Amino acid sequence: MPKDELKGGFRLIGTRPNRPDGLDKVTGRARYGADIVAANMLHAAVVRSPHAHARIKKIDASRALALEGVKAVVTRADFPTGLTGEDWNLQENTIAGDTALYDGHAVAAVAATSALVAQDAARLIEVEYEILPHVTDVDAAMAPDAPVIRAGYADHSVPEGMHPNVVRYIDFGHGDTEAGFAAADLIREHTYKTEATHQGYIEPHACLGQLGADGRGEMWVCTQGHWYIRRMCAAVLGIDAANLRVTPSEIGGGFGGKTTIFMEPLALALSRKAGGRPVKLVMSRAEVLRATGPTASASMDVKIGMKKDGTITAAAVNFRMQGGAFIGMSPVTEALQCAFACYDIPALMHEGYEVLANRPKAAAYRAPGAPMAAFAVESLLDEMCRELALDPLRVRLKNAAKEGTKSSYGPSYNRIGFVETLEAALAHPNLAAPLGPNQGRGVASAFWFNHGGETSVSLAIGEDGTVQVSVGTPDIGGSRASIALMVAERIGIEYDAVRVNVVETGALGVNEPTHGSRATFASGKAAVEAAEQAIAEMCRRAAAEWGIDAEAVEWVDGAACPAGPNAGKFPPMTIAEIGAKMGGTGGPISGHHESVPGGVGASFGTHVVDVEVDPATGKTTVLRYLVVQDAGRAIHPAYVEGQYQGGAAQGIGWALNEEYVYGADGRLQNPVFLDYRIPVASDLPMIDTVIVEVPNPGHPYGVRGVGETGIAPPLPAIANAVAAATGARLRSLPISPPKLLAAMKHK
Amino acid sequence: MTKIHVTTTVNGETAEFLTDPRETLLDVLRNQLGLTGSKEGCGTGDCGACSVLVDGVLVSSCLVLGVEAQGKTIETIEGMADPKGDLHPLQRKFIEHAALQCGFCTPGVLVAAKALLAQNPDPTETEIRYWLAGNLCRCTGYDKIVRAVQDAAAEMRGAA
Repeated sequence: MPKDELKGGFRLIGTRPNRPDGLDKVTGRARYGADIVAANMLHAAVVRSPHAHARIKKIDASRALALEGVKAVVTRADFPTGLTGEDWNLQENTIAGDTALYDGHAVAAVAATSALVAQDAARLIEVEYEILPHVTDVDAAMAPDAPVIRAGYADHSVPEGMHPNVVRYIDFGHGDTEAGFAAADLIREHTYKTEATHQGYIEPHACLGQLGADGRGEMWVCTQGHWYIRRMCAAVLGIDAANLRVTPSEIGGGFGGKTTIFMEPLALALSRKAGGRPVKLVMSRAEVLRATGPTASASMDVKIGMKKDGTITAAAVNFRMQGGAFIGMSPVTEALQCAFACYDIPALMHEGYEVLANRPKAAAYRAPGAPMAAFAVESLLDEMCRELALDPLRVRLKNAAKEGTKSSYGPSYNRIGFVETLEAALAHPNLAAPLGPNQGRGVASAFWFNHGGETSVSLAIGEDGTVQVSVGTPDIGGSRASIALMVAERIGIEYDAVRVNVVETGALGVNEPTHGSRATFASGKAAVEAAEQAIAEMCRRAAAEWGIDAEAVEWVDGAACPAGPNAGKFPPMTIAEIGAKMGGTGGPISGHHESVPGGVGASFGTHVVDVEVDPATGKTTVLRYLVVQDAGRAIHPAYVEGQYQGGAAQGIGWALNEEYVYGADGRLQNPVFLDYRIPVASDLPMIDTVIVEVPNPGHPYGVRGVGETGIAPPLPAIANAVAAATGARLRSLPISPPKLLAAMKHK
Repeated sequence: MTKIHVTTTVNGETAEFLTDPRETLLDVLRNQLGLTGSKEGCGTGDCGACSVLVDGVLVSSCLVLGVEAQGKTIETIEGMADPKGDLHPLQRKFIEHAALQCGFCTPGVLVAAKALLAQNPDPTETEIRYWLAGNLCRCTGYDKIVRAVQDAAAEMRGAA
């Protein structure tokens, strides 16, 4: 679509109104997971394994139960047996069975009349452990002498002779890689490593759960997806899903880490055992870092063949990723699928291994797998461009995937905007900024699929013509504002006349979480469909009053109007007039839509960063940062920019500071924000953004989804900029000052 | 453990509570006084989500004991708008600039930014970034937060 058509014709879309939850959030009124109380409420605390791998020989809670105020203790014995597959994984992670599998694994939980008493009681629960050998590094976990974390869990895909910790093997590709490499002028191959990082949402997990002896219960919880909470808690506890009503709180960040359960069933189990009294359970930061999230750690081989003009002739990758001690948590498939998704390469081979290690059960983290893959592939591409004296953005342009390209992971692309992001980056003034001594510029690109997912939305017309929209996707970054904009645009009313509510599980059909960059895409698309139904009904009401055919009525600017001169001469009937009398014209007017929406549009991004490295300390300072990404269409551009900037900041943290540090004892050494250092305000510059808009044909307003792509390019872009500044190429993250200083000395 | 009686002033009003000497000021504000606008993100003084003013000094309330509030004057996010509900310029600018996403860090950032502008009405970008370095935000990348503080400072200087 030509650029001049993109902005035109909209009254509200593309504007920047205040978000509906803004006032509550700047005054402290917004209620998050830990901000609620219930009558007769108890407080819980969790006993966690201090060992990376240990057999649980005995749990003695008698001293805890004797403490005044203690009402219940639960262990694995209080949960049903016989679960299989992911349900068993969830239960096993919620509370250890025979064996503690990582430092921080829950072993028991206690409920008491105050948080202080619960914490005292937790310290009185005596657990006898037999310490077992452990392994936390992904390569070490695959070595022949590695301790076996779980025997017999490898699936049929794993080649014979591999260590039992390797539980899944995946391979795919296309073309003749041998011929492709033979046609290359330059072939390079290196190994890259990234450490685990945590989503680092500032709000720790918190919930208030109540469960009676009749198996009926309620939960208030900070989550990205309350239907997931319902299903998972029901499975782990052996209760019926419909009997658990889950209400999402405002959510203090998630980034994928709040799409699953960690401690929620413990609150419910304690409540059931304490006679149905509500139980509040709030994690500490150390519990969050030790026992929730994080992402996988990765070890990755990449081989690329390139012609002298920059044409990529073939590529091959072999990725090894651990996602903790649980099957199915390593995002190795997604990493492989994203590795070359930006490019049109005639011959590709992808291989990957999912590996178990004595670490917490990994959760999704913003474009799971994509940042690691981008680090490996985009770093090597950059090295090869330098070696061939080619411009890295123009090499990406030469090889860029376009509409119709068969993607590296299989399907052919619909309309995509990768080329447009590269062109916008090339045209940006940051690319012309002069660089001084010890300074360097790096670029990198990345891709994320985006996601549709199960979606259910209701919309109802009020008696005054205002509109309420009920969605099931918790609002983290402004989705209530963007959904209200789309509904108001379609119906032809003011933005403030639409109120979007995130409603509890009892109010709608199943909704997947706010994940996969789907909330504005999927709930927005469903809300527009629901608005169409309500509009059709309002046209019918007007037609009935006018005594003409419904087909002779059209909806224009918030009112029903006769469609053309033959329909008759009637003044427009506004939504407010229709709403005021709907009780007498047939009853409530609403719209409802549920689907797994198709038409998902992938989002591509290109980042450009300038850094300066202090030659004395190895400290990297980010001087300038540019995010260019295709949004499809930015419904509320300020919140699109916010996603770009926030994603970039997380990627910068991953590149420079953040890592899980395990000691030789297998314990996490840095489970506090002082030591697990996420970027602070003084670490970052302003983050420049360019919103490219290549509308997604699969959405009524062209939305693609923007949340995730932006975290991936910073990892390689910064490594590339550091290499340009210093000549030192770091192939493992983070690029911490001592690591970089050592590399600079040995280059 | 024996509880201790504390009398203090919170957002201009006298407040009394009984506290276990192990309880933090943050616990007391949230659990006893119902002021849940101050958040606990870490409990170790690293994230700033619990920022309040005690006798005009910016502190992490998770590092202050409830008993230390005796005789002090405490200001929290709930006291930032005027009693009629008119927002402080910082609050208004944070909404206008989209300087919040999840909003969990926002109360602490606002309290800290207000303390900055009280002593430096015209801070540079660098001064804002270093002052707010004790307030972690994981959503925004800080760009829009810094711009909102700059804009609020400009408006407050103009109004003064």
